[in-house]
Amino acid sequence: MTEAFRDRIDIALTVNGEAVEARVPASRHMIDFLRLDLGLTGAHSGCEHGVCGACTIHVDGQAVRGCLMLAAQADGAEVWTLEGLTESGVIRDLQDAFVARNALQCGYCTPGMLASAMDLLEQGGIPDRATIREHLSGNYCRCTGYEAIIDAVEGVAKARAGKETA
Amino acid sequence: MTISFGNPDRPNSYIGKTVPRPNAPRLVQGRGKYVDDIVLPRMAHVVFVRSPYAHAGIGSINTVEAMAVKGVLRVFTGADLAKVCTPWVAVLAHLKGLKSPPQHALAVDRACWVGDPVVAVVANTRAAAEEAAALVEVDYTPLPAVTDMMSALDTDTPVLHPDMGDNLAFRRLHEEGDVDAAFAKAHKVVEARFKTARHTGVTLEPRSILVDWNPAEAQMTAWHATQAPHMMQTVLAKHLDLPEGRVRVICDDVGGSYGIKVHVYPDEVATAAIAKIMARPIKFVADRLESFTTDIHARDHEIGGRIAVDKDGKILAMDIDDWTAIGAYSVYPRTSAIEGNQVVNLCGGPYDFAHYRAQTSVVFQNKTPTCQYRAVGHPIAVAVTEGLVDMAAAALDMDPVEIRRRNMYADDAYPVTSPAKMRFEGLSHHASMTKLLELMDYDGLRAEQAELRKKGIHRGIGIASFIELTNPSPFMYGIGGARISAQDGCTVRMDPDGSIVALSGVTEQGQGTEAMLSQIVAEGVGVSPAKVRVITGDTQVTPYGGGTWASRGAGIGGEAALQSAMALKASILEVAGSMLQSPVEALDIRDGQVVDSATGEARMPLEELGRIVYFRGDTLPKGLPRELVQTRHFITSDYPFAFTNGVQASYLEVDIGTGEVKLLKHWCVEDCGRIINPQLVDEQIRGGIVQGLGGALFEEIHYDEDGQLLNGSMADYLVPMAAEMPDMVVGHVETPTMESALGAKGAGEAGTAGAPAAVMNAINDALRPIGAQVTAMPFTPERILRAMGQIED
Repeated sequence: MTEAFRDRIDIALTVNGEAVEARVPASRHMIDFLRLDLGLTGAHSGCEHGVCGACTIHVDGQAVRGCLMLAAQADGAEVWTLEGLTESGVIRDLQDAFVARNALQCGYCTPGMLASAMDLLEQGGIPDRATIREHLSGNYCRCTGYEAIIDAVEGVAKARAGKETA
Repeated sequence: MTISFGNPDRPNSYIGKTVPRPNAPRLVQGRGKYVDDIVLPRMAHVVFVRSPYAHAGIGSINTVEAMAVKGVLRVFTGADLAKVCTPWVAVLAHLKGLKSPPQHALAVDRACWVGDPVVAVVANTRAAAEEAAALVEVDYTPLPAVTDMMSALDTDTPVLHPDMGDNLAFRRLHEEGDVDAAFAKAHKVVEARFKTARHTGVTLEPRSILVDWNPAEAQMTAWHATQAPHMMQTVLAKHLDLPEGRVRVICDDVGGSYGIKVHVYPDEVATAAIAKIMARPIKFVADRLESFTTDIHARDHEIGGRIAVDKDGKILAMDIDDWTAIGAYSVYPRTSAIEGNQVVNLCGGPYDFAHYRAQTSVVFQNKTPTCQYRAVGHPIAVAVTEGLVDMAAAALDMDPVEIRRRNMYADDAYPVTSPAKMRFEGLSHHASMTKLLELMDYDGLRAEQAELRKKGIHRGIGIASFIELTNPSPFMYGIGGARISAQDGCTVRMDPDGSIVALSGVTEQGQGTEAMLSQIVAEGVGVSPAKVRVITGDTQVTPYGGGTWASRGAGIGGEAALQSAMALKASILEVAGSMLQSPVEALDIRDGQVVDSATGEARMPLEELGRIVYFRGDTLPKGLPRELVQTRHFITSDYPFAFTNGVQASYLEVDIGTGEVKLLKHWCVEDCGRIINPQLVDEQIRGGIVQGLGGALFEEIHYDEDGQLLNGSMADYLVPMAAEMPDMVVGHVETPTMESALGAKGAGEAGTAGAPAAVMNAINDALRPIGAQVTAMPFTPERILRAMGQIED
């Protein structure tokens, strides 16, 4: 490992609406920065190479894999994790639907699944089931078989669309 | 005291209702507590150097460069840990002839698979430990590797463990009736060879353990992602030379297990040994490559099967020759002979026939050890059985449903003993089949299939009946000498505010254990489920129990909860009778109130009774029993196992140009006895089905001939994702077991048991007009094209 690679980098960002300043190793992954340095253990590390989706978070309004991004890249970014999304209440309906429909079992994929589903729901309209399945196809869940998750997301999309037209 | 389950309007009727899981809101808010979320003062991280060879002698180990990495604290070799940790041998007395060599926490002289842990590096951070691990130099001497299952016993194949004499770990032959005579007189004999691929569980949370040793208290505490905390307590105590009472295993949230996290892994025991040596907390969390190379594998079977039928389609005999390769060691303490043994026990399971022969041959090889994984042996036995039954039906030009109707045990035949000597208390094959055909509109689907075939669209319908082993008694492990509890317990107490706390020995990995227990306790005591707080997964706190495996949580843990809850209710009513000057029989508890049982009139809230008992006990008659804590245990004893049954159907389309399979819909009707929470049961079935669909279509661990694992990442080992999975229709028939008041049997493995067979039969139903057939899972496009003769090289 070269000395240059060891270099630490100063970053300033907002995480869940709070200002954060930190000096991070250049090699620090975003998911490790959130979990180990900030104690935000909601998002999980699953496969560490961007396939399973367990570490999905929101960076500057986009769903991002926390394991494929370096903390050093987050300078100036606005980052939201499930902890902050919960406090803000923006996905309370989705969270309630996950509980009501039992769209989670062990819960390990759930923070990433919610982050991805939130993305789709923010696009508005009522996506059909195939579209929901396709949108969530980067989030692995070994427990549920996915159907309950699709049901929950579809139900929230319908409820939100109903509110808009009402 | 009994519960009138037949009356849905009975008071406190929470058993049988969908109530929300008390732990789910926490998990959707990012407030779960998995092992990797826990940080302790002075915690260090361990990373393992693993064998890059399938088989190699271990020579000198140079750790100088590794120790020089900033943050590195210690480096341990196998010889170092052998001083504080004894090896284990995974055999069970009732699996006669099973042999396996001693296995150490770290390999000592010889590494036996790619991934076998050889050196442990401990550092202040995981990153430093990983960096240092890459700098450890191990002088390996490559040895010949045994990698092919079917030639493992050939005389020119090297013997993997010379002390064992040969590569045969276990063999069992079961024979009932006169199989050869039955085949000789059969109208038709059909035979085929089947393969089920090597799978692994791919729990999204990798295996994780954090162990602290406090020498001042002589106390070890392990936070462990495990299904069996008490078993782990025993294992850690035994091999680290500690009294069991000084080992506490805590199991908070677990990110999926499916059988993967019920075994003893050398790296996890090594972590505990290192914590004991260093007297500080040590955390090990497997990375994804380690998950693929060291989590147990399963299902690697090749099976020759024959079925004999008469001209009416009656099954006369089955003959099964099962082979499996388990890796280099039988896995401790459940052993790796169980899966093959299950194949022998389960083949032909739904059917009433007389002549049965089955043999399993379990061999060693230089690959990752295999062991019990969700629906142990069932997907294999069901695929072989149902594949042969469908082939026999085709040979007779008979409908697949009709041949099953003619052979399944009649619903009034029970109790009955199968030719494999399995005892069935009560099953419902015919009622389940009837319900399935209704749900799927079988005739309508057949008509649609025929119509589309005229247009060149190849759809298939596959049916798979099955039995499933649940609620195991000590016949599973205990009689073989393993300290694995088949009994489970529950302690239920009422606190001064009238709230109820239930402590159970079964554990939660997401299946809804805590919800199920809260409903049972709520009904048993007479409060709402929201008033019940369930605590699981702490050996220092809960009654001793087996944990969660073999679909035992509801049937065994649930019954213990019901009995303890009803005992607490009796204690409460005894106090209430004294306070209210009323005969106990005239009182009941409903929705947290002591009521007049005849009229339902409220007499006293539980918090008032709690106030008197806990703070004004002086006002109660001296000598009045007032134990508001009750514990009961439950163990099954009438039957070794509570078998359940079910039937699944798959509807799919095969693209005969590309060989791709599109799953259109899937149905399952199963009978798990009393259903405690319909939603949770349905979701167990759905999750299980998808795990089975993965095995049918995608999942396969690949090794090369040298024993190198070729697809150790989630990009290369394909698992089911949302886009490819179908919607699933789930139905139930309820035949409660009479062994318990609750009547519940297991439900968690039925989906996985039957799904691969249903898909195989559906693909072959689609391919039959073309004259093609597939029997080697997973059914990849390549294999389907080869079966159709479109790829020939």
